[in-house]
Amino acid sequence: MTIERPKADVVICGLGWSGSVMAEELTRAGLNVVAIERGAWRDTSTDFPPAVDPDELRWHTRRELLQPMSVETTTFRNRMDQTAAPVRNWSAYQFGWNVGGAGTHWAGMSWRFTPWDFEIATQTRERYGAAKGDGMLLQDWGVTYKDMEPYYDRFERIAGTSGIAGNINGEIKPGGNPFEGPRSRDYPTPPLKDTFWMREFREASDRMGYNPFTIPAGNISQAFVNPLGVTMGPCTYCGFCDFHGCGNFSKSSPQACILPALMRRPNFTLLTETEVLHAVKHDDGKTAKGVKFITKEGVEGFQPADIVVITAYQMDNVRLMLLSGIGEQYDPVTGKGTIGRNYTYQTCGTVNGFFPDKYTNPFIGGGALAVQIDDFNGDNFDHSGLDFIGGAGIMGYSTNGRPIQNMNNLRPGSKRWGSAWKEAYARDYNQGAGIFIQGTSMPVRDAYLDLDPDYRDRHGQPLLRLTFDWNQNDKNMLKYTVDRSVEIMREAGGQDIVVDNQAEHSWNPYMQHSSHTIGGAVMGADPTTSAVNPFLQSWDVHNVFVVGASAFPMNGGYNPTVTVGALAVRAAQAIHQTYVNNPGPLVKG
Amino acid sequence: MKRRDLLRSFGAAVTTTALASPSAAAELKGFPTQTAMSPDHLPKPAMKGGAFRVFTQENDRKTLAAVFDRMIPSDKFGPSASEAGCLEFLDDQLAGHYGEGRALYLEGPVRPETEEAIMGSPQFTQTPRQRYEAGLKALEAYAQATDGVAFHALSPDRIDEILAGLEEGKIDLPNGVQGKWFFELMLQNAREGYLADPIYGGNRDMAGWKMIGFPGARYDYRPYIEKRGENLNLVPVSLIPND
Repeated sequence: MTIERPKADVVICGLGWSGSVMAEELTRAGLNVVAIERGAWRDTSTDFPPAVDPDELRWHTRRELLQPMSVETTTFRNRMDQTAAPVRNWSAYQFGWNVGGAGTHWAGMSWRFTPWDFEIATQTRERYGAAKGDGMLLQDWGVTYKDMEPYYDRFERIAGTSGIAGNINGEIKPGGNPFEGPRSRDYPTPPLKDTFWMREFREASDRMGYNPFTIPAGNISQAFVNPLGVTMGPCTYCGFCDFHGCGNFSKSSPQACILPALMRRPNFTLLTETEVLHAVKHDDGKTAKGVKFITKEGVEGFQPADIVVITAYQMDNVRLMLLSGIGEQYDPVTGKGTIGRNYTYQTCGTVNGFFPDKYTNPFIGGGALAVQIDDFNGDNFDHSGLDFIGGAGIMGYSTNGRPIQNMNNLRPGSKRWGSAWKEAYARDYNQGAGIFIQGTSMPVRDAYLDLDPDYRDRHGQPLLRLTFDWNQNDKNMLKYTVDRSVEIMREAGGQDIVVDNQAEHSWNPYMQHSSHTIGGAVMGADPTTSAVNPFLQSWDVHNVFVVGASAFPMNGGYNPTVTVGALAVRAAQAIHQTYVNNPGPLVKG
Repeated sequence: MKRRDLLRSFGAAVTTTALASPSAAAELKGFPTQTAMSPDHLPKPAMKGGAFRVFTQENDRKTLAAVFDRMIPSDKFGPSASEAGCLEFLDDQLAGHYGEGRALYLEGPVRPETEEAIMGSPQFTQTPRQRYEAGLKALEAYAQATDGVAFHALSPDRIDEILAGLEEGKIDLPNGVQGKWFFELMLQNAREGYLADPIYGGNRDMAGWKMIGFPGARYDYRPYIEKRGENLNLVPVSLIPND
C-alpha cells in the first residue's frame, strides 16, 4: 500500500525554525503548503509547561528533546584514510527532533554574522593579500551583510530578540557591540539583566579597554507581541533553557513565535511522524515532482509539489540532497562537485575560574544570558602579524547551574568521587564561573560530507559520513583567543583557572562544547563551488530550495540560528515574489 | 500524604487521563484543540515501594551498594548514595528507555578498535542494562579471585583501592568487561541519582542539592538576579508537589 496525496504548491521537509519561517511566509502569500515532520507534534502547554520543564535528568542528561541516534545518526572519521565509525551515543550533536526542531531546545543566542563573514574571500584578499587565505576554500556567500539586513530585522521581530544595539545606521551606540554591522533599528526588546558573573566580566573587560555588551538573546526581556500577533512573556532566568523547552513563552521558538499563527491558516497542512526519504525528480532531471515519505506505521507515500523546500537539520539537508541525486557529490581529491563541500564546525574553548567568598549563584541563568566582547572576533582586529584569519566571541556566560552537568566543574586537582568529591563540589558549585570562546571555522579541502558505505538508518538508507579535523588556521586562532580570555579571567579575579582549548586534540563529536555543525550544501554566486545560489535555490534542480546552516560557506564566531532564520525569510520571499511567477533559475550560473 | 503516595498518585494520573495524544494524528489541520498535558509527556516518577525490577539478585544489589557508597559515602556533606536512593534511582532508570538503550545506534558492523580510536573512547553495542548485568558479575568474580570474599565484604579501603585501579585503567575485569569504562558508567549514574530531581527516586530529601546549594526546580529568579554575589539561602524545591 502506498499513499498518494493531493498535490501542493510547496512541500516543506522538516518543521523547525527554517521550515516554520518558510511556511509562514509562503502561506501568507497564498500558497498551499504541506510540511512533513518526522517527529511528533510538540507544544508549550502540552509538552513542556513550567511543571515539567525544570528537570535536568530528563531534558539535559537523557536529552529527550533531541533526535535519538536510533532514528538516525552520522558516521565520523578525522581523515580520508580511516574507516568511519557511527556515533552510537549522545554526543555534542543536538539534532532537532519533533515539531519545532532544534528551535525548541536551542539556547537562544541570537547573533547576526559580521559584514566580513559574508565577504570573507574578497575582504581577506583586499586587506591582507591573497596568500593570507592559502590552504582554505574561502569564498563569499553571494550576499552581503547589507543585503541581509532587512531579513535579519524581520527574523528578530518574529523572535522578539532582546539586546542592545551597537550600530544603528552607522552610528555607534554606547553599551552595544561597536563591531556589529549597521542595524536599521534597535532590538525588539531590551537587554537582559546582568548576573554576578556577567557584571564581573563586563567590568574586567571594560578596564582592559575592550567593548563588553549584553549578547542578543532569544530569551526575551519583557512581554512582546510579534508581527504575527503572537504574544511572548518575559524570561524568568530559570536556568533550564538550552536542551529544554520553555514553559513561559519566553524563548524564541517556532512554538512561541510562529506555530500559533501558522497552524490556523487553512492553506497549511502538517504531517507529523512522517519522514521524507528523498525528493523525486521528473524524468528529465531538471525539476523535482515531489517527495517520497514513510509514515511511522511503515507505509510509503508520495507528496507531489511544484516546489520542494528542504529544511531539515544541516546534516540532513546535505543527506537529502545526496539521497535525492540533486547536485554532484564533492570529491576532495579532484575538488569537483559541490554537495558535501565546505563543511565547518565551531572552534571553541572554555576558561573557568573560581571566586572565593562570593556566591556566583550559577542556577540563575538563561540559554543566551551573557556579556561578550567582539574585539577579537571575525576581522575586528588586525591580523597582519598573526598566523591566522578569523577570531572568536569571548563571553562571560550564565547559562545554567544544572548540578549533573556541572559535577566535574571543580578546582584543579579535585577528585571525582568519595568524600573528597563531595567536599569539592560543595565548595566549588557556587564559586565557579566561565568564559566561552566561540570561534570561527574555516573550510579546507579535506573536511567534507558524503554517504557512508557501511552504515544505514532504520529505513535502510545510508548514513551521512563526516570527515573532519581542526585545521592549522583555526588552531592558531583559538590559541590566540584563549590566551586573551585567560587574561580577562585573571583581571576579573578568577582563581584556580582551568583552560580547555578544544583544538589541542583531534576533533571528535564526543568532546565538543559546541553543537554547531555547518555547511555541506553551501550558497554562493559560483555554481562550481556552491550547491545553492544566493536565494538557496539548487543550481541543478531549480524547484528545490535548501535552507539552513548547510548553506554557510564558513562559520562565523557566532551561533547560527538568526542567520538561518534570515536566510529562510529571504529564500521564501524570493519564491513567492519571483519564482512562482516565472519558475526557473533565479540567478544565472 | 507521604511522599511515596504522592509519587504513586502522580503516576496514576497518567492512566486515568490518558487521552489520544494529538501527536498520533498523521495529518494536522488547524491548531490542535487538545491543550492539556500530553500523557506521554508527564514526568514518569520512579516506582516506589515495590521490588527491584532490574537488580533482582541480592548479591548484585550488595555489590552495587558497596561501590556507590564509596563513590558517595555518608559524611558531613550528606548521606551516602544508597541512603539517598541512588540504587532505586538506577534500577528505575535501567528498567526504562535508558536501560534498554532506546536512543542508541546499535547497528553493525561493530569494529571496537576502530570505534575507540576514532571516538577517543570505546562505544558499546550492549545496552546500559546489559553492561550492569555483566559488570556487577565481573566485579564479584574479581573480588572472589583476588581476595577470596564477596565484593561487598571487602573493607572500604580495599574497595577504594579497586575503584582507583579501575579509574586509572590499571585493573581489568573478567569476561571482557572493560573496568575503566564500567567504572565511568557507575560513577556517572551514582552522581546522577544523587543530583537528579527526587521524583526519579534518588536525591532523597534533596540531599544532593542541599550539599551544593542548588535550589532545584525553581522557575523564576527575577527577584534575585540583582542580589549579585550574595548567599540567597533559597530552600530547594522538587517536581514532586508539596503537601
